[in-house]
Amino acid sequence: MTTALAPTAVPAQRRPWNRRRQTVVRSGILVLASLAISYGLTETTELGGILGFYLGLALCLPVLVFAESIRHGWNVAVDRVAASVIVAAFGAVLIPWASIFLTVYRKGSKAFHAGYLTEDMRITPSSDPLQFGGVAHAIVGTLIMVLIASAIAVPLGITAAVYIVEVKGRFAGFVRFLTQAMSGVPSIVAGLFIYATVVIFFGGFSAWAGALAYVILMLPTVARTAEEVLKLVPDELRSASYALGASQARTTFRVVLPTIASGLVTSAILGVARVAGETAPLILTASYFVATSTNLNEPIASLPIYIFSSLGLGDDNATTRAWGGSLVLLIVVFVLFALARTLSTRLSRK
Amino acid sequence: MTDTATTPERRRLTTNYTPVDRVFRGSMTAGALFSLVVLALIAAFLLYRGFEIFSDFGFSFITGEVWNIGDPMDTSTAVLGIGAMLVGSVLTAVIAILIAVPFAMSAALFIEYYAPKSVRTALTALLDLVAAIPSVIYGIWGYAVLLPIVEDWSVPLERWLDFIPIFDVPSGIFGRSPFLAGLLLSLMITPIVTSVAREVYGQAPRDLVDASYALGGTKWGAIRNVVLPFGRSGLVGGAMLGLGRALGETVAVYLTLNLVFDINFRILGSAGGNVASLIATKFGEATPYELKALMAAGLVLFLVTLLVNFLATVIVNRSRRIV
Repeated sequence: MTTALAPTAVPAQRRPWNRRRQTVVRSGILVLASLAISYGLTETTELGGILGFYLGLALCLPVLVFAESIRHGWNVAVDRVAASVIVAAFGAVLIPWASIFLTVYRKGSKAFHAGYLTEDMRITPSSDPLQFGGVAHAIVGTLIMVLIASAIAVPLGITAAVYIVEVKGRFAGFVRFLTQAMSGVPSIVAGLFIYATVVIFFGGFSAWAGALAYVILMLPTVARTAEEVLKLVPDELRSASYALGASQARTTFRVVLPTIASGLVTSAILGVARVAGETAPLILTASYFVATSTNLNEPIASLPIYIFSSLGLGDDNATTRAWGGSLVLLIVVFVLFALARTLSTRLSRK
Repeated sequence: MTDTATTPERRRLTTNYTPVDRVFRGSMTAGALFSLVVLALIAAFLLYRGFEIFSDFGFSFITGEVWNIGDPMDTSTAVLGIGAMLVGSVLTAVIAILIAVPFAMSAALFIEYYAPKSVRTALTALLDLVAAIPSVIYGIWGYAVLLPIVEDWSVPLERWLDFIPIFDVPSGIFGRSPFLAGLLLSLMITPIVTSVAREVYGQAPRDLVDASYALGGTKWGAIRNVVLPFGRSGLVGGAMLGLGRALGETVAVYLTLNLVFDINFRILGSAGGNVASLIATKFGEATPYELKALMAAGLVLFLVTLLVNFLATVIVNRSRRIV
């Protein structure tokens, strides 16, 4: 018994989820129309400025989208309105951040001159013309405190992570919980604590005190990132090491940790990025000093306090210096961030 | 094989650590418990330095709205209370949450379900990046850029809505108001709330989403019926993490809020409070007795944020465990 199979036509593959040109054109028209309406609104009503324009846009885009798509039925209309609201809200979220970057760049670059990164404020009052003085003292101070803090916080953070992932001790859950609780400590409270102990006992503000306040804020970030990285190490590696007769200590220090060296560097960098911009704890611990200093027992300058103290003066040149300091700080944080990102992608590719 | 063969007793597996390993495990445990020591020391020292305040004022330190050192030589003339600052902290943090959560939800949904796959990682990286913008930069930007905008907006808002008490401004002075500080805080906490929300939304069960599509549902239908209910507790936890951060923020609030020792809920007027920026404001010229009061205020702030973060951690962890 043979049945002749009728040659059925294979239907052409369709991709209904792909955007069609018609849809793109239609949404373009809707967006343009609501742009026009909200422009009209800003001209004729009290909705002023770029914010008013955006509010008008956020109000009329959903209305237009709804009016256009209701002919396909209620569900489709609601779906399209939801999509337009979500996209518009996401766009609104981006505006302030873009404004921060642009403002800091525009105002900050005015403070730059040839010696901005190599001179300090030793003989320059903040209100002096902008071609004098610079942020060298603040960069050196921040660097010193960050290095001391890293020397303490990075080993401790990695220890906590090793305890949770490798030792798997009785308190593992508790330690993870503590680390999370510690990351919620407000930075001013960390500063207040160091003031109540270190500054009062040793009789004054110092770079040491600033660095110790940094340790409290850095430790949770390092510990959490290191824990995430440690979990990436495959168990086969550990088993192989144990099978060769290595102790747990040897396995950890010679096999596990070297495998994720770049991830541990990432955790340290993220910790540094977390604290480099902290202002509040330094007001209470390291205070401020106008000259470049490497004396750890004296008050020391830092980028955030340089910004903060220039801002409090109300003078135009001083304010411009504050923006200049902000630009330097923002660049420092972003460079650290890019570094961490590059290292961690290299690790995950491995 | 005979039927009489019995299964052997199950052996107990034990690990006997070598001396080296015992030292290793012991030292790791000690290092890991360092954070416990720090947290305990923070509470202990702030209590020790601020104890006199608590014994002098008792509960009225928490509820009182007057901050008056009186005669600097005579501590018995001082009247110190952080009631107004506590109310202000909560008010600005709540404003921040109310603004940040809907935007963070939308941003998280956009990244997970609407954005093209190619930009998804870039957007996630951008989120991490803006989360790292230092608070002093938010503060200087808030003062220079956001303040004039909010001032412009407060005037018509007050005119239209002044029948609602919180929008009424009898003094007619706008500017460095709780609304401005709350708006700035909302920008600062949006990245963290978004990344928590994005994480939980991304874990929504794929088969249920597909089932929703298969029943002819729209994308929004799938999100509303599967993704949002699934991520609700995670979102609450993320919002509470943001709340903890907003309560403890110092410099940005210091620059954008006018501290006034008076409990009020008028969010548009140029008068508000925040415990953290109280400490930063008063610290410079504080008398020894006032300094003790600041330590006590720090302890209150520490305990409040610890509690909020504790709840947030519990909620976020529970929402992760379901997965």
